[in-house]
Amino acid sequence: MSAHTKFAPTSKTAQWFESRLPILGVAHEFLTFPTPRNLNYFWTFGGILAVMLVMQIVTGIILAMHYVPDTKLAFESVQAIRRDVNFGWLLQSMHANGATMFFIAVYVHMFRGLYFGSYKQPREVLWILGVIILLLMMATAFMGYVLPYGQMSGWGATVITNFFTAIPVVGADALVWLRGGYTIDQATLNRFFSLHFLMPFMIFGVVFLHIWALHVVGNNNPTGISVKTNKDTVPFHPYMTIKDSVSLVAFAIFFAMFIFYMPDFFGDADNYVEFNSLKTPAHIKPEWYFLPFYAILRAIPFTLFGLPATLYGLIAMFGSIAILAFLPWLDTSKIRSTSYRPAYKLFFGLFVIACLILGYCGSQPTDKAVLQIGGNVVLDMTGLAQIFTAYYFAHFLVVLPLLGLFEKPLKLPASIADSVLIKGGHGMPYGAAAEPQTKG
Amino acid sequence: MTTRIAALASAAILALFLAGVANAESGHETPKPPAQKWSFSGPFGMFDRAQLQRGFQVYREVCSSCHSMNIPFRNLSEPGGTEFTEAQVKALAAEYKVQDGPNDDGNMFERPAQPSDKIPYNFANPQQAAAANNGAMPPPMRLLAKARTYERGFPLWLIDVFTQYQEQGPDYIYALLNGYEEPPKDMVIDAGQNYNKYMPGHKIAMAKPLNDGQVTYTDGSPQTVEQYSRDIVAFLSWTADPSLEERKKLGFRVLIFLGVFLGLLLYVKKKLWSEIDYEKPIKAH
Ligand code: HEC
Ligand code: HEM
Repeated sequence: MSAHTKFAPTSKTAQWFESRLPILGVAHEFLTFPTPRNLNYFWTFGGILAVMLVMQIVTGIILAMHYVPDTKLAFESVQAIRRDVNFGWLLQSMHANGATMFFIAVYVHMFRGLYFGSYKQPREVLWILGVIILLLMMATAFMGYVLPYGQMSGWGATVITNFFTAIPVVGADALVWLRGGYTIDQATLNRFFSLHFLMPFMIFGVVFLHIWALHVVGNNNPTGISVKTNKDTVPFHPYMTIKDSVSLVAFAIFFAMFIFYMPDFFGDADNYVEFNSLKTPAHIKPEWYFLPFYAILRAIPFTLFGLPATLYGLIAMFGSIAILAFLPWLDTSKIRSTSYRPAYKLFFGLFVIACLILGYCGSQPTDKAVLQIGGNVVLDMTGLAQIFTAYYFAHFLVVLPLLGLFEKPLKLPASIADSVLIKGGHGMPYGAAAEPQTKG
Repeated sequence: MTTRIAALASAAILALFLAGVANAESGHETPKPPAQKWSFSGPFGMFDRAQLQRGFQVYREVCSSCHSMNIPFRNLSEPGGTEFTEAQVKALAAEYKVQDGPNDDGNMFERPAQPSDKIPYNFANPQQAAAANNGAMPPPMRLLAKARTYERGFPLWLIDVFTQYQEQGPDYIYALLNGYEEPPKDMVIDAGQNYNKYMPGHKIAMAKPLNDGQVTYTDGSPQTVEQYSRDIVAFLSWTADPSLEERKKLGFRVLIFLGVFLGLLLYVKKKLWSEIDYEKPIKAH
């Protein structure tokens, strides 16, 4: 990584300042940070996420100036924002759809990591910080969804918090403690508002660590092989800044289509009805980004050691996220990139399908028939969710540990530069004008 | 070899899954409301002023006796909606009485409504409205067009992203208003309930609210249930989403800007990357 030069300011003032607070050096480190030259556009999603986080915080702070966390006024105050605040409709739509976009981006970012083995040595801490961010994001989104105080806000919160009664001994107390009372009410709304305001800043803190860790170990890349010489890298600025900008604007276009043309696409019609704790909506379901986990939560059928099934559901749901943190040690293959792991490529595909099917299960009523033979329901939604919950865990606990031992990987290129030239350059000399990088 | 087996297995699972889902769809269900043509659908669709004004007339003369409309009168003269003149709205508001106070003597008093007042509701509270309707509460109407929907199902919901179909609510309400029929022979309809083809469960507490010739239009539009329901649904779509026009107009400009910006960035990016000489260490700028 010889393109990485030590920062030595020339001006006297800068030297004076730098010896007291080396912040210019940090900025310099960011700009010159050597990044593998073969990064594809999947590597721009971290930058997109950082911008999305800031956007959520900015729009959220402005919304909080107008929002009223009172069970009698909350629903109406959101309508007032959309109708009476200047560009309130835009802010509200950006924030609500922004949450969805944030999760789209984070799932792409994570599956990128899964596919290219970015969680493996030496990026374990970077990855685990990511898992912590994911958990914080989920908590933030869950509480944020309660704030507009529509039917799905209130009932979603009721159903999810109810699961905590399954915890042995302290369950009933835990429920009251979470809600601040026996039901979803004023105390719940107030604490959720407070926490929903706080948690993005906690995420911000963990993102800081995440990026710090990235700057210690460096980027992984599509080949998964480590950077060897500076022929393998380009400085972050201007090469990655321009590439990130391209991607960011393309993502903004995708985002804008929903904000301006389909603002309710990801929403639930029931949330346009004010919360009424006496009237249960027909189908209670969480936002799309929680659906696979919701399916896992509802999938566990058995009571064991006298403990209720819902407790195991709760454990399975948290387990399905926590297990990600152990991924660096569950995957026994030394090869990072799935491009060189033909067998794993298939299992990766199956895993993606399993996640999609779990998401579908989460969106449907549990007793809906999936397969009928001669009028008898052979498989219902719960059954389907059980099969794929089992597969989800088997992927981590069986497939990944074993595959690394038996799989025959393809031959790795000698270096990143080599891989780029073999794929895109057809033996052209380095730096030929015809774009040596495979993907633009 | 493993590749084949796994591919076959995943295809089998998927086929099973899709077959099962298709299977589960059949059975005695509420029919899906047919999609209607709305002036406000699609990326460039805007409201039809005359239609919104007729819709407001239907609301005022029919639906308002049971359903609330929690918007201030002034909205009726704001851009992007019914766009009555301010004088018209002032005169309209003055026809209503609202309670105000307390005055300097500490008493509440009645006064004519002003444009800034919300359209008053017939009932003091939801309980009173329910009591007057056999115990069924007429839902508030302001957001009704967004608060009702029907299942699109896979793959329609995905296709909707590309066709920009998002009028599930309007289509449902339109179908509902035209969906009063004789119940099937084997269905028992209790007193206070009515059969409706499109209501989930087919039983609705609201009696058929619209009949031909009930509202007198002054602009020569047909005075049919068909036309009335089209107009009221358009009006409800506006009250649920009053920024629709502003939203789409701004969106168009934002997208053009972003599109041009993306083109420029792509050009700069291509140029920068094509000039890299990997033989020489690259000096950071
Ligand atoms: C006589 C009182 C009355 C009038 C007038 C009336 N409604 Fe209703 N409406 C009701 C009641 C009561 C319900 C609740 C029905 C139920 O829950 O079964 C209702 C429900 C509805 C619903 C919701 C159905 C659903 O899916 O839950 C719609 C839409 C509706 N009305 C539209 C209208 C429109 C449009 C008009 C004017 C043309 C109108 N109503 C006039 C009493 C009325
Ligand atoms: C607010 C959310 C997040 C932000 C702002 C963020 C930011 C970033 C940034 C800027 C990068 C470097 C650019 C890139 O590789 O895309 C990065 C890399 C990475 N992130 Fe995240 N991240 C977030 C969430 C997550 C999550 C949830 C995970 C996984 C659970 C994760 C795992 C990783 C990994 C493994 C890398 C290194 C990738 C590589 O170099 O191959 N991140 N992140």
